[in-house]
Amino acid sequence: MTEHARETMEFDVVIVGGGPAGLAAAIRLRQLAPDATVCLIEKGSEIGAHILSGAVIEPRALAELLPDWQERGAPLNTPVSEEAMLYLTESRGYTVPMLDRVMPHMRNHGNYIVSLGDVCRWLAVQAEELGVEIYPGFAGAEILEEDGRVVGVATGDMGIGRDGQPGANYAPGMELRARYTLFAEGCRGSLTKRAMAMYNLRKGVDPQTYGLGIKELWEIPKDLHRPGLVQHSFGWPLDDRTYGGAWMYHFGENLVSYGFVVGLDYPNTWLSPFDEMQRLKLHPSFRKFFEGGRRIAYGARALSEGGLQSVPRLTFPGGALVGDAAGFLNVPKIKGTHTAMKSGMLAAEAVAEAMAAGKAEPASYTRRVRQSWLWQELRGVRNIRPAFARFGMKGGALYSGIDAMLLRGRAPWTLHHRHADNEVLESATVSTPIAYPKPDGRITFDRLSSVFLSATNHEEDQPVHLKVRNPDLWKTVNWDVFRSPESRYCPAAVYEAVDTDTAPRLQINAQNCVHCKTCDIKDPAQNIDWVTPEGAGGPNYPGGM
Amino acid sequence: MKVLVPVKRVIDFNIKPRVKADGTGVETAGVKMSMNPFDEIAVEEAVRLKEKGIATEIVAVSIGVQQAQDTLRTALAMGADRAILVLTDVAVEPLGVAKVLKALVAKESPDLVILGKQAIDDDMNATGQMLAGLLGWSQGTFASKIEIADGRAVVTREIDGGLETVSLALPAIVTADLRLNEPRYASLPNIMKARKKPMETVAPGDLGVDVTPRLTTLSVAEPPTRKAGVKVESAADLVARLRNEAKVI
Amino acid sequence: MTVLVLLDHEAGAIRQASRSAVTAALALGDVHALVTGDAAVAAAAAQIPGIAQVLRATDAGSAHDLAEPLAALIASLAGAYSHIVAASGATAKNVLPRAAALLDVQPIPDVVSIVDGETFVRPIYAGSALATVKSSDAKKVLTVRASNFDPAPAEGGNAAVREVTAPDAPAVSEFVSIERSKSERPELDAARIIVSGGRGLQNEENFKRLEPLADRLGAAIGASRAAVDAGFVSNDYQVGQTGKIVAPELYIAVGISGAIQHLAGMKDSKVIVAINKDPEAPIFQVADYGLVGDLFEVLPQLEAALDKAG
Repeated sequence: MTEHARETMEFDVVIVGGGPAGLAAAIRLRQLAPDATVCLIEKGSEIGAHILSGAVIEPRALAELLPDWQERGAPLNTPVSEEAMLYLTESRGYTVPMLDRVMPHMRNHGNYIVSLGDVCRWLAVQAEELGVEIYPGFAGAEILEEDGRVVGVATGDMGIGRDGQPGANYAPGMELRARYTLFAEGCRGSLTKRAMAMYNLRKGVDPQTYGLGIKELWEIPKDLHRPGLVQHSFGWPLDDRTYGGAWMYHFGENLVSYGFVVGLDYPNTWLSPFDEMQRLKLHPSFRKFFEGGRRIAYGARALSEGGLQSVPRLTFPGGALVGDAAGFLNVPKIKGTHTAMKSGMLAAEAVAEAMAAGKAEPASYTRRVRQSWLWQELRGVRNIRPAFARFGMKGGALYSGIDAMLLRGRAPWTLHHRHADNEVLESATVSTPIAYPKPDGRITFDRLSSVFLSATNHEEDQPVHLKVRNPDLWKTVNWDVFRSPESRYCPAAVYEAVDTDTAPRLQINAQNCVHCKTCDIKDPAQNIDWVTPEGAGGPNYPGGM
Repeated sequence: MKVLVPVKRVIDFNIKPRVKADGTGVETAGVKMSMNPFDEIAVEEAVRLKEKGIATEIVAVSIGVQQAQDTLRTALAMGADRAILVLTDVAVEPLGVAKVLKALVAKESPDLVILGKQAIDDDMNATGQMLAGLLGWSQGTFASKIEIADGRAVVTREIDGGLETVSLALPAIVTADLRLNEPRYASLPNIMKARKKPMETVAPGDLGVDVTPRLTTLSVAEPPTRKAGVKVESAADLVARLRNEAKVI
Repeated sequence: MTVLVLLDHEAGAIRQASRSAVTAALALGDVHALVTGDAAVAAAAAQIPGIAQVLRATDAGSAHDLAEPLAALIASLAGAYSHIVAASGATAKNVLPRAAALLDVQPIPDVVSIVDGETFVRPIYAGSALATVKSSDAKKVLTVRASNFDPAPAEGGNAAVREVTAPDAPAVSEFVSIERSKSERPELDAARIIVSGGRGLQNEENFKRLEPLADRLGAAIGASRAAVDAGFVSNDYQVGQTGKIVAPELYIAVGISGAIQHLAGMKDSKVIVAINKDPEAPIFQVADYGLVGDLFEVLPQLEAALDKAG
């Protein structure tokens, strides 16, 4: 883009992304190869700034990585002590009986309610103590490739103006060259997407399917707080064709994590995940906990739901995909942290081996994954999410009960994902409009006051990082057919259809973007490309989030 | 010419601070911290003086907890040559900060100290002036322009309704206002290089300074939320009310 | 207890903000005033009711409000006073902390409320929180936010004037020049009145329709982020979370819906007026005066009403 020479630094391993997968990989690498130079970059302004998860985590991978995690003060402080799964109708909530038997994946005994952002902040301290160099505020913007091999990444230029020209503060990106590059960008990573295309990594696997998780952090009155309580729900307000549900976790000092996940294979173009999430708080099973509380943070993030069938080839010359960038989330368990960390550790082991043997591709990673509990676990649940897509919510729930109780995950068949999420949206005329209640400003809120609580910011004078490939297509497809679904699925009010009475056009408020990646996934014509904005932009999720 | 630049670690300016439920202060646990934006401007100005060949060495100083090292690293990445951390868990007030800086000035003998005009956490806007007072040095506060020539600093200052220019005998204290410059990014190569620049740690006691606060914070509260007022019927009614009732026009 | 108030002047008159500081000082004790400038300024100060004595600084350095001699002067006078008070403003913020350092006192800036002689409320984090602080210093040095205290009347008093001079000291700084802003429009962050426009103005051309109103009020012009994002005006007009944080005496929001990001930048304004055609717009929840209507009709009506009222 510019003539300024980029500076270069050489490392043994460069890791793109400071989430649980990237940090676990970094730690494992230095444990196995203490002399290896390991550099980790993170687009958030600090480690944890872009981390969004429920989160109830299973400490299995953590215990393998750092057996003395408790002595080291890992912020896993609230053990799960009480749990319920509710089926909701509009006015009632029914507790699913014998949860242990019909939904064994949901068993949370021994697990902890955490802020995953805080866990990552702690992991980063452990990694730095082991000599990992961590640079938050720098986005991996470009893959460096030579002779068919990935040889590192370049960080984005800083100080490019809205017009695409370097401004007074221009600072060119830097080439971080490495023998091995691990993409740990999380779900729908922008470089991961390019690596998949460059090396055809998705050949022969199912399309990835996704969910969108929207979360709020609340502080509630002490007498309502039940530390250790884990409550999930399904049913209302979603219809049978839409996969999703809510969570509520009580933890820490009067903190409550509340959130909602909706499968991005929803067909109704009028559906607004944000508004579903808001109105669910008004249900009697949830509302009682919010009365008298205050909302202190907000955020959203897409997650990979495809499971094993959608896991791409994991390695390529010069690197590998780890964590949710590869898609290791266990959907029925609603957990991906332990699998992300495990995959990072296994990749690190493969890289250490390849490095010692001088091989370009850390190919043993695939075998290590297949031989690990990670694979066994995902294999056992592989048919559950596709069953919901195929049989609807009630049918899927029934299938999942049968799968758990009778087949015990050992069904001789595998259900496949037949469509990508962007292919299943139905037109505005076919879809049933949904009337959402107006926010009350106490329990339910609008998008902008929500984004405010994500502390999202982007340097204003920079190119829009949401690239609409063909602007004309928006009018003919997104508007004429679907009536601007992006203005509904975007949880951060980035997209607005304006002048709808006269000459409809798309207004992109890129500054609001919380980096959830939903537009990159759900845009019907795949016409929106999410690229990394200037480093340190995006949300600044606080501790506890 | 040696330049001393004090920098403060504060809650990042993008974060809306949250008052703790018990009213004892503002939540800082797990909150992103950054260099005070006015201090970034001060560092930038010092670096520009060095690039012009006027400054020869830039020493960054921070007073605070261990993590204030990160703030100093940012200053080093922007172009400071070395850093001093005055390590303390006490929230030091401007008076205490000025006393610590006075002691460091005695050790370092800078010709110029450039500070941010105020920190965006306590909004005191006092440290530079107080340091100048304690040292008996000249001061140029709220600077939007600094020129060094013939042993003097000519400083253009932002005042109510205009700009004032003063000429200061060196050594001098200057505090930076928003329009002095636009700070550069700490680029990744420079952040990497900054890891190797020297950083020393001292305690306020080593400098013989008592930083005990003089102010006790009794409580911290959210400001009262505004209430909706009245709806007026016409433009004429509005003008009349602004004139006679609110008395603002 | 006697309080010394530093009064700021402009064009031979005492600034209104300084008269607010007199009100604040009267809550603490008897009031003496310190002024710089010529005899006419001292005479104006002497007329403010409640001021028992006026001290007029006559040395040249103090006359230009240079911090070094003026702070030394204040410190030399301080022995007789329990509190030293001034209105928050560029002069006081330049001088008072320096004087406080000479007195070994931690100053208390931007006081919005006086609890008692040693306890004060002041905003921190750009007004996101209010801290109540208690000073253990023997003497208190504070600046007060003028908008939180009614100004004392300009006339009605009759105080004696006494001349004072700063202690002798080598001049380490010199006044060179002063340049008053020539722009017809005040700067956003210094304006007493702001007229701000939002996306309701529809386009760049229409945005200019705020100018006649701003001209009549001597107001600065601001904008919401939506208006900036839509390209009606440039970035430096933006009021809000990522723009400028302002607190004028009067803020007129025209065609602004009132997203929280915008409110964060102007909610400390003394009086807020909202003009919007949508009666449900959140801006009305914070407005002291709301006018529901089409802004393109309301703007000319407002101009006419202002012209008529003179």
